[in-house]
Amino acid sequence: MLGEGIIKGLAETARNFFGSYFFAERLTTVEYPEERIAPFEAARVFPFLVFDGTDALAGLRCTSCQICEKECPPKCIYIEKSKDKKPDYVGRMQFYPARFEIDIAVCMSCQICVEVCPFESIKMNTEFELATTDRFGGLLLDRDQLAKPNSYYQKIHPAEAATVDARLGEEKAKFAAKVKATSDAAAAKSAAKALEGANG
Amino acid sequence: MIGFFDQIFVLLQHWIVSFLPAAWQSAAGVLLAVVAIICLFPALFALTTVFERKGIARIQNRLGPNRVGPYGLLQPIADGIKSLTKEDIVPMSADAAVHFLAPVVMVVAVFMGFAVLPMGRNMVLVDMDAGLLFYFAIGASAELAVFMAGWSSRNKYSLLGAMRAVAQMISYEVPLLLSGVTVVMITGSLSLTKIVAAQNHYSYGLPHWYIFTPWGCAGFLMYAIAATAESNRSPFDLPEGESELVAGYHTEYSGFKFALFFLGEYLAMFSISGLGTTLFLGGWSAPFSFLNWVPSWIWFFSKLMLSIFVFIWLRGTLPRLRQDQLMNFAWKFVLPMCLLNLFVAAAWRFMGDGWLRWVVCSAVLIAAYVTLGWSEMHRGKIGPRSYRYAE
Repeated sequence: MLGEGIIKGLAETARNFFGSYFFAERLTTVEYPEERIAPFEAARVFPFLVFDGTDALAGLRCTSCQICEKECPPKCIYIEKSKDKKPDYVGRMQFYPARFEIDIAVCMSCQICVEVCPFESIKMNTEFELATTDRFGGLLLDRDQLAKPNSYYQKIHPAEAATVDARLGEEKAKFAAKVKATSDAAAAKSAAKALEGANG
Repeated sequence: MIGFFDQIFVLLQHWIVSFLPAAWQSAAGVLLAVVAIICLFPALFALTTVFERKGIARIQNRLGPNRVGPYGLLQPIADGIKSLTKEDIVPMSADAAVHFLAPVVMVVAVFMGFAVLPMGRNMVLVDMDAGLLFYFAIGASAELAVFMAGWSSRNKYSLLGAMRAVAQMISYEVPLLLSGVTVVMITGSLSLTKIVAAQNHYSYGLPHWYIFTPWGCAGFLMYAIAATAESNRSPFDLPEGESELVAGYHTEYSGFKFALFFLGEYLAMFSISGLGTTLFLGGWSAPFSFLNWVPSWIWFFSKLMLSIFVFIWLRGTLPRLRQDQLMNFAWKFVLPMCLLNLFVAAAWRFMGDGWLRWVVCSAVLIAAYVTLGWSEMHRGKIGPRSYRYAE
């Protein structure tokens, strides 16, 4: 009948109107600056660099391989390789970034850098309150601003961080075993050589 | 005591006037009433804007304005200050005089309508014998203001909006008048006070409002539809369809002139709701005889606010019509129903008391509604939209 749809629509809006005073699901607004909801685990804003331990520079996972810099579609990453080397998270000697800068005014949060990183070094942050009064310097994050401890990563992306930690632990154990094996072999060799020398 | 609160504003007026010399008293009394109307309805407008925004927000599961003052109640003051301090822009190629006059004419024409509305027992500014006629004549001149605004702005959107507004308002003026005519036929008077008096009696504690008769119910529905279209409210807000015409006929208005248009629109809504209340909802009379102790002006304004709530509710529910749907609806559905309603009202008048006239009148109206609605929907003229997508 004519007008049926109007009655239905009016009933629905009336339900919303009166329901909004009684049921939270009919009034979903979060009054942001005063109220906040916990950030979602899958949220991503801009990338940051993960470091292990407490010293940001010593624990930085980044080996300055520059894959992310090359892959970045808007070219917002700038990396300068170091001259010297430092041990990475497994203990191998690697380069580290002397400079690592991300211009978050340019970054488009595509997460490609995260996907290409072979060292689990660059991850997406959930921090979104990044407004600044300086639109050039303030939006250009340098290495020290980007470096965040692994504990922070575990806090913002718990599930993801757990798999990453498991994988890195495995790798570390494997490397340690390999190091042990080579050192054992070397020890055995030198022992054998010593023995030979003594014999000879 | 009951009579005192009922007549408090009338007594107040008499008391203030009594300080003046006798020769000035009648003029001063009218002036006082005019000032009261001019202060009261814009205040009601300010309140309505904030309640409308909050109500629509609730309908859309939002909170609405809640930053200015407690619960956002001071929002209209902030809006007023904003519109007063904004630059008043007149387009270079506009007809400056007409451009200036349009909002003024609009507000004046709308305010004139309040003169004949009985807002309570003995509370009518001018108790005119042809009050209804006066109201419709004045109400129609608001269309002139709309067209003045659209024409003088020299802007295609303004002009299109004004053309739409005039086409729409003239189309819906006819059913508006015809649904009012039924009331005149039954009451036998064009005086709005007499129309209220005719409804203000009770049997078994229930009122004899016209909405509780078959022809009155149909007439009220048609009146409500036409009134929504007359006041350019959603779903008939084509003249200012912001997705199509920027803002319609007031595109080129800024600052306080824009606020005046806004005010005029809301005042038109109030006055047309007030007239609907007077014609069909018993004006200032109480809904039950045992509630007669409540002052009459409270009843009038509660009915007014209730109609405004319905306006807001409709706005929060319905999408905008297309121009052809609007015209089809007016000329092919509302107008035939109104014409039929005239005959039904006549039959009601001459069939005398008894249950027979209830059955006959209701049956005719319901049958007409169903068949007319069905045939119109069947031909795809009104009713649910069908969409055809590109293959």
